[in-house]
Amino acid sequence: MSTLQIDHVSRWFGNVVAVNDVTMTIGPGVTGLLGPNGAGKSTLINMMGGFLDPSTGSVTLDGTPIWRNESAYRHIGVVPEREAMYDFLTGREFVVANAELHGLGAGDAQRALATVEMEYAQDRKIATYSKGMRQRVKMASALVHEPSVLLLDEPFNGMDPRQRMQLMDLLRRMGADGRTVLFSSHILEEVEQLASHIEVIVAGRHAASGDFRRIRRLMTDRPHRYLVRSSDDRALAAALIADPSTAGITVDTTEGALHIQAVDFGRFTALLPQVARKHSIRLLTVSPSDESLESVFSYLVAA
Amino acid sequence: MYHPTVARLTYRALLGRRRAAILFLLPGLLLLIAAAVRAFNGADDQIAADVLGGFALATMVPLIGVIAGTGAIGPEIDDGSIVYLLAKPVKRPTIIVTKLTVAIAVTMVFSAVPTFLAGLILNGNGQQIAISYTIAALVASIAYSSLFLLLGTISRHAVVIGLVYALVWEALFGTLIEGARTLSVQQWSLAVAQKASGDNGMIASDVGLPVAVTLLVAVTVAATWYAGQKLRTLAPAGEE
Repeated sequence: MSTLQIDHVSRWFGNVVAVNDVTMTIGPGVTGLLGPNGAGKSTLINMMGGFLDPSTGSVTLDGTPIWRNESAYRHIGVVPEREAMYDFLTGREFVVANAELHGLGAGDAQRALATVEMEYAQDRKIATYSKGMRQRVKMASALVHEPSVLLLDEPFNGMDPRQRMQLMDLLRRMGADGRTVLFSSHILEEVEQLASHIEVIVAGRHAASGDFRRIRRLMTDRPHRYLVRSSDDRALAAALIADPSTAGITVDTTEGALHIQAVDFGRFTALLPQVARKHSIRLLTVSPSDESLESVFSYLVAA
Repeated sequence: MYHPTVARLTYRALLGRRRAAILFLLPGLLLLIAAAVRAFNGADDQIAADVLGGFALATMVPLIGVIAGTGAIGPEIDDGSIVYLLAKPVKRPTIIVTKLTVAIAVTMVFSAVPTFLAGLILNGNGQQIAISYTIAALVASIAYSSLFLLLGTISRHAVVIGLVYALVWEALFGTLIEGARTLSVQQWSLAVAQKASGDNGMIASDVGLPVAVTLLVAVTVAATWYAGQKLRTLAPAGEE
């Protein structure tokens, strides 16, 4: 059982702040690190993996700093996002080399290859592997020494659904075994399916933390903005504002549209067509104007 | 300070790449030149010294050194696969020393061996020319490997910088400009060769032996130490 402690960690590159005063504790079980692209997830994982030093703050594994501490890798397994991995070797040679670097042997490599179900292709050159096969061999290389902490950077990127399921099963088993498994993703559904605990990071800041129900609620309960065009904008606006699901409406005469801010997402989406029919108003356009993941995340940061 | 697995990976990476063709091409060219010169001119000590000094030591050894030295680590850093070495309980200086050992071995095999063979072809080691230049190539292999391994650790343009150094500084300035010669691996190794040939007038260096040996050792040790330090704080490729 191992715990990663990130304590008031910031990391900047020149003038750019990639990670901004983040504090979190990653314990046993599967944790998802969720955030849009460029949010600082990789920087954070690289600090947990000992590849980057925090500009301020500390990253420790069971109280021991990871930076400049090679012995930490006895307990940490790293699955990098990048594809490059000694393509001129066969899968078996690659995993055996990784085992030897841990002071282990071919037996441990074979066991790791069996865990990821790659024995059938272990004697082929890595250069011939598909993305999913590469990912599994990377997993095997990170598992040879049975680490108590497993760090995976965007492990599901480019995987097909079947490979995704297999990897999710594997990570679930690791988590159930009491290992500390942390993976990053920019896709909520992925994180929701796998992680019992979620850490959300946006624009380098720690935006939310908790189980997926809490995060999901935070994401759907936020105010939604819609752009609506209809046959009678003013009449529609008047009818909608009477209901508590709507917090504000702007009549944009130059655009010929309504900008509506809804506070109760479920209620508003049911109300809008009913109101329109009741007043014989034709709805021409109904489009959410802030549905991008980035805006969802930035709401979480502000919350 | 030496990890056999790191060494194995480095050998396979070095000799498996297309770049490795140059490792065979240059020595092949040297042997061809040696054979042609011998065939047209017969054995001549001065010509043998000119060919070994002008092509083997001034051009071929540094080029082989660039390929082996930068190739031992540069590509792994560029494509990010170095993380599989770094994420292990292996001391970073051990990784550097192992890779340096491999680079030196490869440079020696592909430069000193053909130099010796070419010397034999040219004048059958008359006046100790073949053996002296072989010693120079061996000594230069160590210094070049450590310099270019460091270069491969700190710069993504290591090959270009290495080529410029090898061709412009060593081959051109090193032979033309007085001051540059003092700071030239080629001249340092020539100083060793001069001593090895028994100062018979066939091989001459602008640098005295004590200075040459001191600089050779200093450059090799400093470059290796610094490369180990750089590797300890190497940021992953593609980091923002």
